[in-house]
Order: sequence, then C-alpha cells, then structure tokens
Amino acid sequence: MLRFIFSRVVQGIGVILAVIVITFALLKLSPGGPFNKERAMQPQTLAMLEAYYGLDQPWHVQLWRHIKGYVTFNFPDSIKMPGRGVDEIIAQGFPVSASIAIPALLIALAVGIPLGAIAALKPHSLEDRTSMVLATLGLCMPSLVLGPLIAMIFGMKLRWFNVSGWYDADDWVLPAATLGIIYSAYIARLTRGGLREALAQDFIRTARAKGASERAVVFRHAFKLACLPVLNFLGPTAAGLLTGSFVVETVFQLPGLGQHFISAAVNGDHNLAMATTAFYATLIVGFNLLVDVTQAVLNPKIGFKS
Amino acid sequence: MSWPARTILLLIALAGLFWFHSARQHRVPRIDAATKNKTLIIGNGSEPATLDLHLANGQPEHHIFTALFEGLVAPTPENADANGPGAAASWEHSPDFVTWTFHLQPRGKWSDGTPVTAGDFAYSYQRELTPELGADYASMLYPLLNAEAFNKGEITDFSKVGVRVLDDHTLQFTLKGPTPYLPSMLKHYSWFPVPRQAIERFGKMADRDTKWTRPGNMVSNGPFQLKEWRFTHSITVERNPHYWDAASVKLNQIVFLPIANSGTEDRAFNAGQIHVTMPGGVPLDKIPVYRAERPELYQQEPVLSTYFYRINTTRKPFDDKRVRKALALAIDRDSLTRNILRAGQKPALGLTPPGCGEGYDTPMPLKFDPAEARRLLAEAGFPNGKGFPKFEILINTMEAHRTIAEAIMAMWEKHLNLPVTVLNQDWSVYLKSTRDLDYTVARAGWVGDYLDPFTFLSIWQKDDGNNNTGWTSARYDSLMAASCQEPDAMKRMAVMRQAEELLLDELPFLPIYWYVVSYMKRPEVKGWMPSLLEHRCYKALDLIPAP
Repeated sequence: MLRFIFSRVVQGIGVILAVIVITFALLKLSPGGPFNKERAMQPQTLAMLEAYYGLDQPWHVQLWRHIKGYVTFNFPDSIKMPGRGVDEIIAQGFPVSASIAIPALLIALAVGIPLGAIAALKPHSLEDRTSMVLATLGLCMPSLVLGPLIAMIFGMKLRWFNVSGWYDADDWVLPAATLGIIYSAYIARLTRGGLREALAQDFIRTARAKGASERAVVFRHAFKLACLPVLNFLGPTAAGLLTGSFVVETVFQLPGLGQHFISAAVNGDHNLAMATTAFYATLIVGFNLLVDVTQAVLNPKIGFKS
Repeated sequence: MSWPARTILLLIALAGLFWFHSARQHRVPRIDAATKNKTLIIGNGSEPATLDLHLANGQPEHHIFTALFEGLVAPTPENADANGPGAAASWEHSPDFVTWTFHLQPRGKWSDGTPVTAGDFAYSYQRELTPELGADYASMLYPLLNAEAFNKGEITDFSKVGVRVLDDHTLQFTLKGPTPYLPSMLKHYSWFPVPRQAIERFGKMADRDTKWTRPGNMVSNGPFQLKEWRFTHSITVERNPHYWDAASVKLNQIVFLPIANSGTEDRAFNAGQIHVTMPGGVPLDKIPVYRAERPELYQQEPVLSTYFYRINTTRKPFDDKRVRKALALAIDRDSLTRNILRAGQKPALGLTPPGCGEGYDTPMPLKFDPAEARRLLAEAGFPNGKGFPKFEILINTMEAHRTIAEAIMAMWEKHLNLPVTVLNQDWSVYLKSTRDLDYTVARAGWVGDYLDPFTFLSIWQKDDGNNNTGWTSARYDSLMAASCQEPDAMKRMAVMRQAEELLLDELPFLPIYWYVVSYMKRPEVKGWMPSLLEHRCYKALDLIPAP
C-alpha cells in the first residue's frame, strides 16, 4: 500500500509541475500583461515595474522563481495588490470557500443519493421519472440563474437569510444550498446508474438466492459497488468546491477564493493566477489520491496495484 | 411508521417551519441598526487593490481615500465640486498662477495626533515622483516645476522640484506654467499627503510592498481613520478624533463593501443591507423602472466623462477628414441616447462635457445631418458609399458596447451605405489593439481628473500616450502649449476653445455621448451632493432615520 501511495504522490507532483508550466506559458502568451491599462503608463514607470517584478528576465528564470517560491514556502506578492502575499490571499479566502463547500457537498450527497437510489430501485416508475426530471433540471440550471433565484426567494421575499454578504453565522446556507442542489443532480444520476448496474450483477442474484432480505441486498451488497462512480466524482468535485465558485461568490458576495481565479487572470496578476492554479492542482491531486485509496479499500477488485 | 405517527411528525415539522419563518420575518434590516449607530454602508464596486495613495489608480480607492485623507483643497459641504479649505486653511497665488502659497490648518493633525506639516506634503510629492516607486498617477504632479524631470530620473535633486517648505505651516509651489485650475487638481488623491511616520516604520520611502496601509499601522489626516480592512469583505473607517474639523463630522463610521456585481448590489440594496450603491451600478434594465417607480431612491447625475469612437487616421480612407466628418454627421446621437441608452445620457456634440471648467464654453458643432454626410462622402470619392472598403468597429467585450456599436453600424449602413461590422475583443487584447493602432474605429471613454478642459484636450497632443489615433497637428500642439503659458484665465479658455474647435473640425474621434451615473440612495442619507468628479464631502454626510 505504501508503495502505491508513493508512486501516486510522485505522479501527482508531475501533474502539478505540468499544470504550473502550462499556466505560466498561457499567461506569458496572453496579450497585454500586468500593466496593460486604459490610461497609458509612463514608459519609465513601466520599465521600472517590469524590472521590479522580474518580468524583464528570461522565461525560464521567471518560471524557476515561481517554483522555487512554492517549494520553499516563500511566496511572491500579488502584482495587482501591492503588499499582499498570494499565500495571504489564499489563506484568507480558503476557509470561507471551505465553509460553503463542506455543507454543499453534504447537501449534494444527502439529496442526490436517496433520489438516485429511489430511481434505481423502481426503474421506469413515476418516482424514477420525477427524480430524473429533477436531476436533469438541476444539471441544466446554471448557478448564475439558480443563485439569484434562491437569493430572491429565501433572502428577499421570505427574509429567512441574508440575501448576500458574509456577516452572520448562517450565511453559508443559501450559497451551500445553491451549489448542493446543482451537484446533487450529478450525484443522483451517478447513483442511479451505479446502483442499477450493481443490482444486475451475478453476486446480487446469488445473495437473493441465498435468501438475503431485499434491504440487505441493496444496502450491504449493491450499495458498496454503486458508490464507486459517485466516489470517483467526489474527488475532483470536492477540490473544485473547496477552491470556491466564482459565480456563487459573486451572487452572494462572499470573500472566498473562487473570485481570485477569474480576477487574477482578467487583471493580468500573473503571480496570483499562478498561485491559485497551483493550489487548485494540489488539491485535485490530493483528493484523487484519497479517492484512489478509498476505492481500493472498498473494492478488493481494484486493490493497491499501481 | 404508522399514519398517526407520520401525521404528528409532519405537524411538528410544519410548526417548526412556521416558527422559524415568523422569527426570521421580524429581523431588523442591517441598515436600520446601522442608521441608529450613524454607520453609513456604501456599495463600492470592487476590492481596492491597495490603500497606498501613490500606488492606487481606481475609482473604489478614490471613494475610500477621500474619507481617510484630505488634500490641501477639499469639497465643501454645499458643493462637492467646489474648492474649499482642506488641509490648507487658505492660499494665494501670483497673478500669473505660477507661484502658489498654502497656509496649512493650524490645528491640522494626523490620526496619531502628530501635526500635519508642510514637510509632510513635500515628503509625499518626493515619494510619488521617485522613479523607483512606480506611482501610477505621478504624472498628475507634472505641473510642478521639474517634477517630470525628477520622475524620469533626469535630475535626482528633489530641491530643484517646485515644492518649498517655507515653515511648518506654509507650503509653496512653483509651477512650470500658469495653472489656474490647480485647486481643482489638488482634490485628486495623487496630491494628498502620506504619513511619513507610518511609511518609514514599515520600510523605506519608495518600497512598494509594505504593510503601512493595514489597520493599526495606517495613519491618515482626513475626517476618518482606518478601523478594519477585511479583504474582499469590507473596509470600515471610523471618525478621526484628531481631525482639525472633527466637530463637523456627523457619522461615526463608514463601511465600504466591494460589491462588484450590479445584480448582487441591487438585491443588497432592496433587502436593506446598504444605504447607497456604487455610482453606475444600477442594472441597465432596472433604470427605467426605478426612475418611474422609485424616484425617491433613484439618483442620476452627470459626470465628467465622454464616450467616443477613436478613428485610426493612419488608415485609408480614414486619413481624409471628410470621411471622418461624414461618419460623425451620420450618427443620430439623440435617438441613441433616447431610445437605446435610456439612462439620461446627453448626446455629445463636442468633446469636453458641459461644466468642464469655469468660463469654458464647450464648442458643440456636431449634429445629425445625413444629407451633408452623404455629400462629404461623395466629395471624398465614395458617392453613396460606393467603393468604400469594409471596416470594423472594435469594442471590448460587453453587451452595452455591442448594442451601441450595432446601432451606429445600422446608422452608417442606412445613411451612408457603408459596409460595417462589429468586432469584439477581450479587454486586454482590445487595449493592445488600440495602443498598437491595430484597428479602424474603436470604442473609447475618457474620464476627467479635474475641472478644466485640459484634462480632455491634452491627450490629443502628438506624443501623448493616450492619443492612439495616429492623428497629429502642429497647430493643435502649439495651441495647447500656448494655453499652458497663458497667464490670463479668460484668454487661456479662449485658446483652449480654439484648440477644441480645431479638434472637432479634424475629428480623429467621434464623440457619442456624455455619461451620467445612476445609483440608488436611501432617504436617510443626508447631505449627499452630486459631483461631476464623483467627489464626496464625507464630513457633511449624516444619517437621520425616517420618522
């Protein structure tokens, strides 16, 4: 098992490095650069700033500075927000995004799994159709539409929660519900598919033949197998949710991490864009590793073979 | 579960929901509590990039700086565009507007209690002009004698720059030419003082990345001081007890929220979370509704800003001024502002917006005249648009710009029979295309920094970095140079009017409309004055709950 984990970690580091290199190349290829503004900058000021941020050096030197900074935990400052380290920006936004992401994930699971299970257990019934119509609706509904809708109903009309902002202890509810509903739709579909497939397996027939109760068949035998696609999905989803959603943070005015992914790229803040992307890549690799290990534990067929 | 148990469970759930609902319904809106505390909550666009006066360049920062700091000249409670006493109690100038002497407030203090001295101002200007700092707005200080040379590193002796400390409370400027509009310029934050004691506690004078702007570290000289800065959440300022005019400050606190999305801000305002929204932040589709149905909340005021199209005069046939004029005359600005923009914008018949400088009479020669436009186009060799090359209107990607471009495209097609298309580019690509003259017609806007036509006219000089049209005129440049040497204020305005008339005859750009900004404001907010430059006199603001 240790060997399995070790090889996965090495692969992961390779992936993260590749992401850093690609992001760097894309940023360098994008037109403009950090100091491209509507008002022309004095040429001497521009030259001074480029030298200050090392942007006048060869590409490989700049890239190496980024990587060295991350490895030695000596992070650069944001270019657009002088005096603010990229680590400070991530450390500030991440807890907010995480406190939305965790309940959102729980909501998604709590809604998605039962919905999918009901549908799978009674295929082609009214329950199945209803839950799948709901799931399709959830899939089609972008958070840009659902977020304001939820804010209008539960924030403005019913006044149950703050319509936006990060003031009270319960301000996570509406954004987490928005994300949870959307992701529950994916999970419902995956659960339905996984469970139906599992129920058609030979070992289920054997279990039934042995006289196991339907409850035991579904919960003890089939569910373990049915969970695998959901689990696979959860790895990258958790990483995505934890790094925040630009749309949900904008709609609910949250001081999370997601907004920096977009604004750093749009504003040409190369230091911040590199750092947020590297952070996201690290989370994805970490969660995928976690999923791999869990899957191996759940499914002996997979095992710890690298 | 048996049915009675189910029913009971359902009833309990319903009762719980009802209790929750009624408990939540009676929560007090955030602004009610805030009004009682005299805490003004303002939507402020986006998160400020920095609170260092010399490194900032945006509107959100501008709104916060005028609460925290005060320049020599400040808005008055009655008129946000007036030149009232600020850190300077009074000032006088030589008859030719070249030498200015400022007498600082005798009781002027920083928020840490140390006196604000003339030396603080000299220090600030030296810091801003130091090339290593890379201050964005350093060029605002160029009217000072030798400031430009110092900023470009041509001279290194700051004592040669036109700033002199006569004594602790007397500051003297020597300018490179007559500048009657200097007081209006001094209200821009690039002229505000920065606290030497705080800056040097956290680094050297020209260090960019220090922590002096953080709460607890920052010291300021305005009516308010920094209390809290929660990154991407809010900035809270509280009353500065050491401010020289602290007695007239009415609010206890101001909270600036960085709400970037207009829909989100609109909901926050309607749910009673903020008192005033960011100017320009009302969602476009709501403007006609709010204007008709909620006139007590809806605010609309002109600002010093022009929307126009640049023309690349290095491309044929746009190097012919008859072609440019034909394009200008074929735009029905009236119909555009009335039927498409619909937020009270004014058709721009000239370049400088009305009100841009005392005694300046904006020339407005443009009109909608399709017949004359067709005649000019035929004269230029394109009768009824025949043989005219296909060209593009370049816009940066935004729905509002596309709508306008499509309307103008239709006008040019209809009246001149020209083959036009619209090309959109992402903001940074668009900026690069404009700068590299890689366009034919490109959308643009310009915001004035002070109340004088110079802020709009200077950019069309030959080597100005914001010209971006390829157009130059020796006569125009000499008129602009003459305006900078003319000591008589009225004559100076006449010279600038001549320059603008020349510009509007040559038309390297097509003026389209003069901006107005729309925003929402609660009636509890008192003393809020309109301003062409979006200046605010925060010390005059008050919150009085509606009876």
